[in-house]
Amino acid sequence: MKIKQYWRLLGSVLILAMLLTACGGDATDAPVVEETGAPIVEETVAPVVEETEAPQSDPEPIVFGMVLVGPKNDHGWSQAHYEGGLYVEENLPGSEMLLFELLNPADKPEATLEGVVDDMVAEGATLVITTSDEFEEDTVGVAEKYPEVTFINISGDDVLTGEAPANLGNIMGRMEDMKAIAGCAAAIATETGQLGYLGPLINFETRRLASSAYLGASYCYENYRGMNAGDLEFTVTWIGFWFNIPGFTLDPTEVTTNFLDSGVDVVLSGIDTTEGIDVTGQRADTGDTVWAVPYDYESACDQKPEICLGTPYFNWGPAYLDLVTAVQAGDWVQSWDWNAPYWDDLTDNTRTAAGWVNGPALTADMEADLNAFIDGLASGDINVWSGPINLQDGTTYIADGSVATDNEIWYLPQLIEGMVGPSE
Amino acid sequence: MILPRWAERFWPVVPIIGALLFIIALLFLFGADPLESLNIMFLKPFENQAKMLSVMAFWVPLTLCALGLLVTFTGGLWNIGVEGQMILGSLGASWIALTVDAPAFVLIFLEIIVAMLAGALWGALTGFLKTHGKVHEIFGGLALNNLASMLSLYLIAGPWQPPEGGSFRGTPPFQEAALLPRFAESRFSPISFVLTILAIGLVFFALNNSFWGLKLKALGKNARSAFLLGVSSERETIYAMMFCGALAGLGGAVRVLSWFDSLRQNISGGIGYLAILVVMLAAYRLLLVPFISFFFSLVLNGSLTLQLKTQLHSSLGGILTGVMVLFILLFGEASKLGFRKEVEKDE
Repeated sequence: MKIKQYWRLLGSVLILAMLLTACGGDATDAPVVEETGAPIVEETVAPVVEETEAPQSDPEPIVFGMVLVGPKNDHGWSQAHYEGGLYVEENLPGSEMLLFELLNPADKPEATLEGVVDDMVAEGATLVITTSDEFEEDTVGVAEKYPEVTFINISGDDVLTGEAPANLGNIMGRMEDMKAIAGCAAAIATETGQLGYLGPLINFETRRLASSAYLGASYCYENYRGMNAGDLEFTVTWIGFWFNIPGFTLDPTEVTTNFLDSGVDVVLSGIDTTEGIDVTGQRADTGDTVWAVPYDYESACDQKPEICLGTPYFNWGPAYLDLVTAVQAGDWVQSWDWNAPYWDDLTDNTRTAAGWVNGPALTADMEADLNAFIDGLASGDINVWSGPINLQDGTTYIADGSVATDNEIWYLPQLIEGMVGPSE
Repeated sequence: MILPRWAERFWPVVPIIGALLFIIALLFLFGADPLESLNIMFLKPFENQAKMLSVMAFWVPLTLCALGLLVTFTGGLWNIGVEGQMILGSLGASWIALTVDAPAFVLIFLEIIVAMLAGALWGALTGFLKTHGKVHEIFGGLALNNLASMLSLYLIAGPWQPPEGGSFRGTPPFQEAALLPRFAESRFSPISFVLTILAIGLVFFALNNSFWGLKLKALGKNARSAFLLGVSSERETIYAMMFCGALAGLGGAVRVLSWFDSLRQNISGGIGYLAILVVMLAAYRLLLVPFISFFFSLVLNGSLTLQLKTQLHSSLGGILTGVMVLFILLFGEASKLGFRKEVEKDE
């Protein structure tokens, strides 16, 4: 019965492999449906070992649930929310976070948002934050099931569309301004006048982010470089997802290489992973004058500081602190929050909802121009979303003399005229 | 030393107890209270109807895949491709749900038939690669699994994307008529439960009372002898794969039509692989499969609650079930520990 033994051996190896992936996989697994995101690593967070302190010692305890689509240590979207929750725990006495990470069908086929929320409510949660557009539909369902619990869906628009029950709100950070700064930094640096934008998949959010970068770039190209904005080449290549899936998405390494080969000298990243700055960095090592603007992670420049113009990132702590405080006090009201950055200091993680850090590759001159642009945005003197703005098909979107409303920015139907790349 | 028959019958419990002890040691290591943790994992779900329904809703596709795998295992086949067969089933069901307009019973009937056909086709492909391309079913199956998941990603992002643009979340929700009726706002569909019970009967009959089952057994024990005795190994291999594929395809249909309400980017998430463990832990015995499968579903669901309550990693449930199977493979047969069976089958 040799064959049987062989099978047994093979089986054991297989199980072992499964076990190993089950134990070790989570940290490294790319989250399957990441939103575009960015973390704030204000303080290095030690792995949470004892998080289950009983809240009874505090007079006014509040328990809030935090549902993540990816792992809490992904250096990206999910980690940013997790750290936002920790920020609340640190700053609001009596608050306790119930964390559930990796809620996606690939990692946990047996889990559902409803089941997780059932457990959270049973544990005393009076507020549940679902941190992905992946959960948008299901959050409406659980909000109807638990009318006495407050729900927040991040990046969703159910409050805007009127589909949300009264106990469901939406929060999003205003990344568009940071993307405009990113575009401006690229335009200030470029020597060839060609910028490449590494896009994920196409939807309202990614269209408005890429377009904000373009508007920031064309403003700065004209006003600080004294060039004609029409001469700026801004190409968007959508790879098809938030990160590389071999055989399915375009390979971001290849896309970046193609950008650089075609004369692009600044690569802006809109995806979750670091190929943009990695490949550009390798090119810089061979002597080319090229730059990169990464995304998502406050320390993303560390990947290759000498070519990094800066990084836009999300910071959820302050918004979550306000939210939990309001729910605790019982005066939360439904709203659709698109939180503005704290213009006085874009790296102040106790205040800002979206951040921008200047990169080491900015020369003093560039930095002066960029800071002037940021100051202009802050004071309201500059608004890159003011007309005339045409859509890619040539139709007028924002008329001359008027400024885009939040709705017009949020639901941008196409890319902006002047950008190269598909709108849908 | 000869082990009495009753003792041998209870032998499968030994690795389970061994694995439990292992887990308890592990819990101690992490500084968690083992009794409390095991209570949350095993007993708490029984107190809660919603939880129980969720356990049962997960049980259905897991059991269907495990039943199919029993057939392929009997034929000596390692049908790793069960995962992909399940995905194909979900694609088949989604295709009908998204494109056909008909009354509910027609739709559901069509969805199930097409899902089973699609799964069977995927299974047949693996079988064909084995018999005609000399590609081992493990490798063929893995390749087809990947292909199936790429195909579903393509459909979600491309032809079946929601009108507001592809977000990779999934297709738009299916029309109400296309969904399996669900029990008490849960994800548990009674129809799928009945179908699973029928499938248990069907597999029991096929393996124990049919000539085909006998041929499969011969094939599984010794393919060469079976061939010399006139069993067409090629044909039976492909049939067994198709049989398993059809059941897995049905499982895939249940995932999209009652667990979800649309095709999502990863409808299976490893249920097929889990089913392989179920069959192993059941020691390839049909009547144990539904219970082991229930046990798996219970532990996995319980460990979700455990994660929330204790911040222990929720893969603990996966570790527990995995360790059990590992223990079974390592010393699951009494004969390996020096005991002799009453009836010696192996020479």
